[in-house]
Amino acid sequence: MKAIEIMGLKKTFTSNFMLKKYNVLKDINISVEKGEIYGFLGPNGAGKTTTIKCMLGLISFDSGESFICGKNSRSLEERKKIGFLPEHPYFYDYLTAKELLCFSGMLFSIPVKKVKNKAKDLLKLVGLEGKEDLKLKKFSKGMIQRLGFAQALINDPEIVILDEPFSGVDPIGRKELRDLIISLKNSGKTVFFSSHILQDMEMIVDTVGIILEGEIIKQGKLSDLISHSVQYYEVVFKDVDESLLKSNNIGFKLKDNNYITKLKDFEKLNYIIEFIIMNHGKIVSVIPIKMSLEDIFLKEIKG
Amino acid sequence: MKIRAIALNTFKEATRNKIYYLLIFFGVFFVLSSKLVTLLTLGDKVKVLKDLGLASINFFSVLIAIFTGIDLVYKEIEKKTIYNILSKPVSRSCFIIGKFFGLALTLFVALISMVIIFFLFMLLFSGEFDVRILVYFILLYFELLIITSISLLFSSFSTPILSSVFTISLYLIGHVIWTFNEFKDKIVNPIIKTISYILYYILPNLEKFNIKNSIVVNSDLDSSMILGSICYAIFYISALLILTILIFNKREFK
Repeated sequence: MKAIEIMGLKKTFTSNFMLKKYNVLKDINISVEKGEIYGFLGPNGAGKTTTIKCMLGLISFDSGESFICGKNSRSLEERKKIGFLPEHPYFYDYLTAKELLCFSGMLFSIPVKKVKNKAKDLLKLVGLEGKEDLKLKKFSKGMIQRLGFAQALINDPEIVILDEPFSGVDPIGRKELRDLIISLKNSGKTVFFSSHILQDMEMIVDTVGIILEGEIIKQGKLSDLISHSVQYYEVVFKDVDESLLKSNNIGFKLKDNNYITKLKDFEKLNYIIEFIIMNHGKIVSVIPIKMSLEDIFLKEIKG
Repeated sequence: MKIRAIALNTFKEATRNKIYYLLIFFGVFFVLSSKLVTLLTLGDKVKVLKDLGLASINFFSVLIAIFTGIDLVYKEIEKKTIYNILSKPVSRSCFIIGKFFGLALTLFVALISMVIIFFLFMLLFSGEFDVRILVYFILLYFELLIITSISLLFSSFSTPILSSVFTISLYLIGHVIWTFNEFKDKIVNPIIKTISYILYYILPNLEKFNIKNSIVVNSDLDSSMILGSICYAIFYISALLILTILIFNKREFK
């Protein structure tokens, strides 16, 4: 059974004036396995947040289906299994961190005593230990994001949905959030998160889905998407006679007394390596230059 | 438990807002300042004191009912804190009912604070404790609950400014609608007559809760009328909450 399954999701928004219709989601199909980290990638306005809102019942959709563990994701029963961090979370700033977590826990009908203990553990987990009684109005953006994480975990959810968890967080905070997401995966949870920050996504996701203008244009295991995309091999070597390279039609660039050559063909790579060794040259490095997630993303977007 | 959590959170939000205290302060201030007016008054000073005190509490508690109701629901939607609630296993009806009880508690605390000051003041000034005034405040509380339900209804689909205009309009209409009772029977045109009947029964009749004249002139209170008014309030509030839930269920949180 899939952790999350969205099939043929379509959503139209109507403008207030003119009654013009906009197809915000055209045909969304997403499949997330249990225990994996799924990265939902797309530029601003592509439909990431709308998809999540449809999934959680915050907005309706025109057609399609959305399931959590095989059941309707919008039902109250299934929402018990979900932990959700909204985009740019804003919580009641008159509450303290502990009060917010207790409030969130009570919405899951968790007994107050239990939720208080859980709140303490979660604040420690997200690095907000000692801030229990601090009012949220005194929290920085990064601290609010961490608290948002903590409230998303108050019910010990099977599935954690995070909408743009990295936005507005500094590099250290991002690293901590990445570690937190990985630790969630290690504890058996499924993580679905949307982002437009490619570097963070590339570092932690198992599967990626790219959404553009309301359509999923690419979806698959990150390892598959990237391993099929070695663009070229870069060979750096030295101590070979330059005239020999020219006479054998080997193109190169000279940098810091090293020759650099780029090869698209794997067969030719073997030939060059043998050639360098036979001519008593020294290989400095052989690097397969793969397509990064950013390259794939830009390629898909530009068509 | 969920309704209780939302209600208590609503109460916390309202009571941590400076405007709430400001309105209570002004209510109390006007109650106390009615003593000054009595210095300029000839005749029954206790009557003037009662009259002004009750009017002050009425005015400021109505303001709290209108603006707290509108402000708190609007803020939840505008600041998107509602995402944090509705993405959890909380139904929209649970949210609305929780909000209503939170506002009811907020109004109760505001009213009781002003009422205690009023009674102490009356006791000090006139040495009398009129139990019938307590009945006035109970009825006022039910009127406030109707007003806050109206503000909840409008703020579930409209902007704060429009919600305020609609709620204040209905409050004012609610106090003159009883005049329709005689007027509607005299209408000849059947269409206008039907519309008048519908409006008379749909719009809130808030004069049912106004027993100020009887209190001030020391006339007897009709207990069946009081019970009828309370039943009317419970029925009207239930209808408003059901309507609010129906509208709120359709609302999209873009």
